[in-house]
Amino acid sequence: MFDTLLLWPVILPLAGAALAAALHAFPAVQRQVALTTMVLTFGASLFLVDAVMEGAILTKAFGGWMPPFGIVFVADRFSAAMVVISSLLALCALVFAMGDLRQRQVRSGFYPLFLGLMIGVNGAFLTGDIFNLYVWFEVMLIATLGLITLDRTRAQIDGAIKYAVLNLFSTILFLMAVGLLYGATGTLNMADLAVVLPQTEPSAALTLTAMMFLLAFGIKAGFFPMFFWLPASYHTASIIVSAVFAGLLTKVGVYALFRVFTLLFEVDNGTLKPLIAVIAAGTMLFGVFGAAIQWDVRRILSFHIISQIGYIMLGLAVATPLALAGAVFYIIHHIVVKANLFFVAGAIHRATGSFDLRKSGGLMKASPLLAVLFAIPALSLAGIPPLSGFWAKFMVVDASFQGEAAWLAAVALFVGLLTIFSMSKIWIEAFWKEHPRAVRARPVPAVMLVPIAALGIITLAIGFNPEPLVAFSNLAAESMGDRTQLIGAFYGGEHTAGVTP
Amino acid sequence: MEFVIAFAIGVLGASGVWLILRPRTYQVVMGLALLSYGVNLFIFGMGRLRVNAPPVLPGEDAIDPAAFTDPLPQALVLTAIVISFATTALFLVVLIASRGLTGTDHVDGREGER
Repeated sequence: MFDTLLLWPVILPLAGAALAAALHAFPAVQRQVALTTMVLTFGASLFLVDAVMEGAILTKAFGGWMPPFGIVFVADRFSAAMVVISSLLALCALVFAMGDLRQRQVRSGFYPLFLGLMIGVNGAFLTGDIFNLYVWFEVMLIATLGLITLDRTRAQIDGAIKYAVLNLFSTILFLMAVGLLYGATGTLNMADLAVVLPQTEPSAALTLTAMMFLLAFGIKAGFFPMFFWLPASYHTASIIVSAVFAGLLTKVGVYALFRVFTLLFEVDNGTLKPLIAVIAAGTMLFGVFGAAIQWDVRRILSFHIISQIGYIMLGLAVATPLALAGAVFYIIHHIVVKANLFFVAGAIHRATGSFDLRKSGGLMKASPLLAVLFAIPALSLAGIPPLSGFWAKFMVVDASFQGEAAWLAAVALFVGLLTIFSMSKIWIEAFWKEHPRAVRARPVPAVMLVPIAALGIITLAIGFNPEPLVAFSNLAAESMGDRTQLIGAFYGGEHTAGVTP
Repeated sequence: MEFVIAFAIGVLGASGVWLILRPRTYQVVMGLALLSYGVNLFIFGMGRLRVNAPPVLPGEDAIDPAAFTDPLPQALVLTAIVISFATTALFLVVLIASRGLTGTDHVDGREGER
């Protein structure tokens, strides 16, 4: 049981996806299968996080081939936390889907594709082999392509083409970087790479590899200046799909980037640090400026994903343990809050019949509960104390002041102001203003409000009691930044002597 | 031999990038395919090019590694070929759906101004 703990977050969605695909003719059964699968996956991920909480790093080598020869799965605190939060989000999305999903979308294969996405996401978080990471990225790509085009409308196909071209291009880059890395070091196991790379002579091939990883994961994560596919495609998908994409997909890219640039390459030396700093600042600024001129709730929120990715990158740009801890905290906070905002957008659509803010309104009187539920994630995203976003922003901004990157902190605070502007725009237009056509708002079903409320409560809980998560983020950042721990998990200490953390 | 392989990768990469930047969906999908062929060759080359050296190690006896070529890049390329075949097929389905819905094979779903 303990030995296979790592595998369940991947095996369960895999079995669920197969079962749901086999039961294609029975939508109600598919829904039960999907819900059961995600409850079990969430449970398994809780066991996983419990097992790594004390600082142990779990490893599992497939087929008995010991690293560096076999494919391995690894879980430390950071990856376990990512698995927990993404499983939780997927569970919320499925509950939300009970109220929002149409028959036609179920027949298009929503449940198998959704579970397929979770296979890819959890696999990418848990793998300890860089080529295996490429495989999980492709699993995700295939599932997401199906999910974006769920309704088969013109807009969705258009979004899917842009999404697919840029993401296929980024995986090709990623693959090329993997090939180059293998040529330079002769290994693809991440722990083994962490042993070999510090002893390898710096060469043009390695610099090129680092740049290609940055570019490939940057496209996935939605950095400035490669983010254009994101606002072009996310808003076309149905709202459950958008919410899960917003919460998870870019974060997988960010996660991969954090792994590669803490374990394999150092941000600290050379030209990488100012480059990542400029990317982070550009991502924050352009994301929030893009959001300012939009009127579609989903487009505003899509641009805000980009701007928030900039904050997370700020953690990597400063690269002190404190900054990495801030970034871990920020990722967890952002997954919860951003997906929740998309859920609220779905509820606004259900109540007013439109995603366009100019055509909606009057929700304050019609649905005060929804107004409160919107206010929590919106204020949290903008970083108003005492919500979770405040602590997340406080940690990264504090780290950038201490890390002698005060200009980054200034950009972050300025972008925070503009975030409030965007959020108050949604608030004023959808909630305060009278509805332009004096239509009565339709009621929002309870199954849609439950996940919004659940995620809102998590936001509040983190906000009022941030200490456990801050402590956890610090520990996660510590084990992420210290490569000897991961190497020690594989080689039992004897290889760690020559490696400086 | 190195030069021929390097040249082939260069040509595949350059034509792939050029095709991706074209406005027709068919050109884009061909561009992606060429790029992934280029990368496959590249990974293959990263295992160092050897002539007359098998990648499969025979059974139980102790062997001389110098007589064999690195089998791992070949396994990687095989995986990459299968995956890129699947994604290309899937992408083609999306493109055909786009052609059916919009009536044009322009990547934006409508003809640009001329």
